[in-house]
Amino acid sequence: MAIEVRIPTILRNLTDDAKVVEGKGDTLAELFTDLDSRYPGIGARIVENGKLRRFINVYLNDEDVRFVGGLEAELKDGDNVTVLPAVAGGSL
Amino acid sequence: MLRIDRSIYDQIVAHARRDHPDEACGVVAGPEGSDRPERFIEMLNAERSPTFYRFDSLEQLKVWRGMDDRDEEPVVIYHSHTATEAYPSRTDISYASEPNAHYVLVSTREADTVEFRSYRIVDGEVTEEPVEIVGTDARP
Repeated sequence: MAIEVRIPTILRNLTDDAKVVEGKGDTLAELFTDLDSRYPGIGARIVENGKLRRFINVYLNDEDVRFVGGLEAELKDGDNVTVLPAVAGGSL
Repeated sequence: MLRIDRSIYDQIVAHARRDHPDEACGVVAGPEGSDRPERFIEMLNAERSPTFYRFDSLEQLKVWRGMDDRDEEPVVIYHSHTATEAYPSRTDISYASEPNAHYVLVSTREADTVEFRSYRIVDGEVTEEPVEIVGTDARP
């Protein structure tokens, strides 16, 4: 089953500059493991200690996955996933 | 160097003033690879805080997708500091994730002085760059 994944600029050095890649998995966690097997290093940029990194946004069909189950969110054929680094900062 | 139109410069400063004492944030999109900031996009600060900013995640998705559809990229990412100088904080540096962007900082700590500075932030390293404002000065 194919899941389309949109890759942000900052991670495209790991995907040979591809903006969109395909992956597979029954859950988001499995999808990122699958991607990491073909694009080594990408998993650790998104997941840390079994959780989504705090300042990475992951969207499943345009929903922020933090609100739809996080890494355990279930995937089905044809879903699309977007990864975007959060834009954040502050004066402290 | 950041070259930016007077009208966009004015909109960034006006946004920062309007949201003071909370931090304001947004982007200026431009054609990919052009380094020309052309389309001003004001963003919500999801934190609504005087010391922190974060783009709302769903608004960010919408805006980033809009840029993708037009073959644009975020040429400028701006935010304000409301009580400190217009220099990237440690937090700003650790979250900077667009190596091609000009990170613009505006300080609103003085009501009648504009501090508008621009930086590159790549791999945790900050490099300040000159800002050239082009176009006519619309102010009287």
